[in-house]
Amino acid sequence: MKKLINNPDHVVDDMIKGFLKAHSSSISKVEAHHRAIIRKYSKEKKKVSVIIGGGSGHEPAFMGYVGKGMADGVAVGNIFASPPPTPIAEAIKAVDTKKESILIYGNYQGDIMNFSMAADLVEMEEDIEVKQIIVKDDVASAPKGESEQRRGISGEFFVIKVAGAASEMGKDIDEVYRLTEKANENVCSMGVGLTPCSLPQTGEPSFQLEDDEMEIGLGHHGEPGVEKGKLQSSSKVAERIVHDILADMSLVKDDEVTVLVNGLGSTTRMELYIFFDEVEKLLSEKGIRIYRSYVGDYSTSLEMGGCSLSLLKMDSELKPMIDYFAYSPMYEQK
Amino acid sequence: MNAKEWKSFLIGLSDIMKENRDYLCELDRYLGDGDHGVTMAEGWTAVKEHLEEMEETDCGKLSMKAGKIFLDTVGSSVGPLYASGFLSGARCIKEKEKLQNEDLVEFWEAFIEGVQDRGQAEIGDKTTLDTWLPILGELKKSKAPETKLLNANELAEQGMQATKDMVAVKGRASRLGDRSLGYQDPGATSAHLIYSSFIVHYKNSKIVQQ
Repeated sequence: MKKLINNPDHVVDDMIKGFLKAHSSSISKVEAHHRAIIRKYSKEKKKVSVIIGGGSGHEPAFMGYVGKGMADGVAVGNIFASPPPTPIAEAIKAVDTKKESILIYGNYQGDIMNFSMAADLVEMEEDIEVKQIIVKDDVASAPKGESEQRRGISGEFFVIKVAGAASEMGKDIDEVYRLTEKANENVCSMGVGLTPCSLPQTGEPSFQLEDDEMEIGLGHHGEPGVEKGKLQSSSKVAERIVHDILADMSLVKDDEVTVLVNGLGSTTRMELYIFFDEVEKLLSEKGIRIYRSYVGDYSTSLEMGGCSLSLLKMDSELKPMIDYFAYSPMYEQK
Repeated sequence: MNAKEWKSFLIGLSDIMKENRDYLCELDRYLGDGDHGVTMAEGWTAVKEHLEEMEETDCGKLSMKAGKIFLDTVGSSVGPLYASGFLSGARCIKEKEKLQNEDLVEFWEAFIEGVQDRGQAEIGDKTTLDTWLPILGELKKSKAPETKLLNANELAEQGMQATKDMVAVKGRASRLGDRSLGYQDPGATSAHLIYSSFIVHYKNSKIVQQ
């Protein structure tokens, strides 16, 4: 696949350089590590910090979400690979105003090991209290009842948003943790893949999918889903995905959800809005109300084709968090 | 093995991984996201660059440095796994400028236990430990250290090959279920590259001694 890059081995660092320059008024790098980025920070305001991170290639996730009302710091890994403990620990230390930090990352073995090592480091060396939130929203990745096995996908956007809002409101660490975990437990997602992506360093597609095929439940790194078959219409795909998500969520008539239709990289807004329309119809047929909607690229997989749907079950506590303002390089909300 | 030979084993892994980069990536495309060769080549090349500049003669410190640099370069899951291996192995050969057969046995035992502590996998899980654990089994036997070290290489290869007939239960490949059958695990493959490369350097050091 064609890519507009320089040296394939340097894509992550080259991207970070451009990112820092483009948004120099709101973010900065951490001197101690070139893969740690923080929001320009007023040391005056003492608050729980929110640290995110994961592999590159998912932009805007994760570095695009560093900002006010969102995360305070991010550690940037290689493509689709968890960052090592050092940049995570350096990001935590760089925004440490209250010695309290919430880490948010997806449920992948590499992320768990690296983030846990970083947490151990800062707890031992800096006496910072760390709580970890592991996002596991993808219902296609393991059956109900085995949700500990589920991987994290686009629903992490909501989890980050709730944590960022709660911390900006000045809540204490237990409360930020409780609300964030509540969002984590109330978000379910599922995706569909149409075309694979290729890693810049190998140029090879990361998984095989024929031109006329799609895979329902495909993961954000090309992990296999629940069903591979011929490409179907948006309405058919929406039906399947909404059905599978609702089977997990125990929603009843008049429940409210926030909806995210997330593009995986090369899917057009046209396709995403067509899909959203189908989702809206299916939800309203069941009497489920949409509280707020997000349509766009929130967590991609390089140039993968397809989309994912995330539904967050709302309540009176989560509403102000979702409605809270956000100001970050790749996401703004008034 | 003296510190120079130990260091050249660690530095040599860079070329080994570069030569096998595409092969490891190909294996990983069946089971993961297709970047294992890139990750290993990148990590070991960074180790090479750092160790080449070090005048260190303490084998423990060299191992510790290798683990830290590897981790800091790659992250991922293989970073913490091998960092844990090297750090725990390094403790056994602290301040040693020369590694006797017994030291090497101790190093690899601690190394493998370090990897297993971090990864929590068993034989049959289709991971890097399918290569490492047969080595550990052999090293634990009461035989001459040199015999054990050499025998282990063959067992490692068998362990690696056995991953073809396993269903993955760990990491991203576990999502494949039965679809992971028939493919050799890339992590087990790179593990065998590491140990077999150690054996080459180990044998060379014996020839030099004689």
